Amino acid sequence: MKKKNSIMRSIAAAPHIFWAVLFIVLPLIIVVYYAFTDESGAFALENIASLPKYAPIFGLSIELSVIATAICLLIGYPLAYVISKAKPEHQKILVMLLMLPMWTNLLIRTYSIMAILDNGGIVSTLFFDKSLRLIGTKGIVIFGMVYDFLPYMVLPIYTCISKIDKRMWEAAADLGCNTFMTLWKVILPLSRSGIISGVTMVLVPSISTFYISQKLGGGTFELIGDTIERQFISGTLNTGAAISFVMMLLILLSLTVMNKFADPDDGGIIV
Amino acid sequence: MKKYASRIYMCIIFGVLYIPILTVILFSFNAGESTAEFEGFSFYWYGELFRSPDAWVALRNTLILAVSSSLLATVIGTAAAEGIYKMRSRLIKTAVNSVTNIPMMNPDIVTGMSMMLFFAALVGILGIADYNDIGFLAMLISHTTFCLPYVILSVLPGINELGDTLSEAALDLGCTPVKAFFKVKLPNILPGVISGMVMAFTLSLDDFVISYFVGPSNFQTLPLLIYSMTKKTVKPDMYALSTIVIVAVFTLLIISNMRSAKKTATPKRKGARAK
Repeated sequence: MKKKNSIMRSIAAAPHIFWAVLFIVLPLIIVVYYAFTDESGAFALENIASLPKYAPIFGLSIELSVIATAICLLIGYPLAYVISKAKPEHQKILVMLLMLPMWTNLLIRTYSIMAILDNGGIVSTLFFDKSLRLIGTKGIVIFGMVYDFLPYMVLPIYTCISKIDKRMWEAAADLGCNTFMTLWKVILPLSRSGIISGVTMVLVPSISTFYISQKLGGGTFELIGDTIERQFISGTLNTGAAISFVMMLLILLSLTVMNKFADPDDGGIIV
Repeated sequence: MKKYASRIYMCIIFGVLYIPILTVILFSFNAGESTAEFEGFSFYWYGELFRSPDAWVALRNTLILAVSSSLLATVIGTAAAEGIYKMRSRLIKTAVNSVTNIPMMNPDIVTGMSMMLFFAALVGILGIADYNDIGFLAMLISHTTFCLPYVILSVLPGINELGDTLSEAALDLGCTPVKAFFKVKLPNILPGVISGMVMAFTLSLDDFVISYFVGPSNFQTLPLLIYSMTKKTVKPDMYALSTIVIVAVFTLLIISNMRSAKKTATPKRKGARAK
């Protein structure tokens, strides 16, 4: 009787649980199923076996997205700190200014960078050299990632820093810390969970992007997202599923590792 | 001195963040065909856009999809938040939360791929002749699914804060549990519900990757239209379309921010991960 009662209490979650099993869990199971079967539906390991072929692409994706994430952190942390030090009424406006680009469609933002830097674009027009082409390098693809995802780094860190008790600063100053030491010894460790969620939020979309590399890579770049997209276009879904499966494992693994560093009392990332 | 350094730093970063967006808006008013040389101010491309049937159909589709998926996600998500709050078993609670957050943690491309395979399998099993027949349904289900975690995360804090006392009072005074929820609890958690719904609406409006994988050929949304436009040589009509999308999203953002102005740090998009 008691057990039934406890199920009845949370009956409101039933539609959601039904929905989640049907449309979240089941599709993922189907990805695994596709990854381990061939086109006729028979069990096959050839999709998984063909993956080493894509190792350089995985490597390039990881390289570029890790660099982009590091740059976002290096640029974003000071920005989050500076915003948190502004007057409260200014903070609200600054956060808003940060959110506007974040909510602008990624396609528009990425395309506009290309339109500025491509040959025949704005920069080349300004320099009266129509053949000047600044896209198609690793650096520009990384720049695109940093540009597109920087706000995702800044916002969680800002939220975290602005929640730190102001008395911490005074206490650190009383104990003889200068501003830099306070930042390094007190504020940085306390904003760890913000950093971790920022890193996650930049790393996951950068590692899986295909539009940024398509537009800013100038047709020479293939990242893991492009490979998945190509399998989707060409209809080789089993290979596409196998790559997606590996990417999912990779990301879940790195999230779990990162969660170990998150402060459990602070919420951190909810997985 | 320090103050100036930090101001300059902010100006540089915000400058870089805004230059591309402002370029799009500026060139949408270009009189010429170029997206690099400004030849004079005109509304010509907006006119072109308004005469284009593709843009209107895409706009209509986007709005239908965003409204229906955000409503569905809000209803299911609010009920789910209430149910999750009432769960006694910590284990089940954690399990439900983990599964709910999968679409938020997974890269969009994997979610898109999994949804696409799921519907492809469904078409095969049910023996549906044409994928387009269930195309809208597939889009609706996909969009609702990736919006759900954001709705739940935006409703849960309100429910946790409110606690049980009010509902218990209502029950003592003779309300049924359902009536108690609608009469007492819902009005109190409404700000969270509405901000969840606005977020779901915006996410649906903004989504490209998942729609790209799931979308049937007969249901084009604005991001999909923008994508197909950037495949060819882009004329300023794409910029005009982008400008309209930007202005629409900004308006929504400002509205939802004014609503939540009293509360600090409402979770926004993937920012919801940081509690």
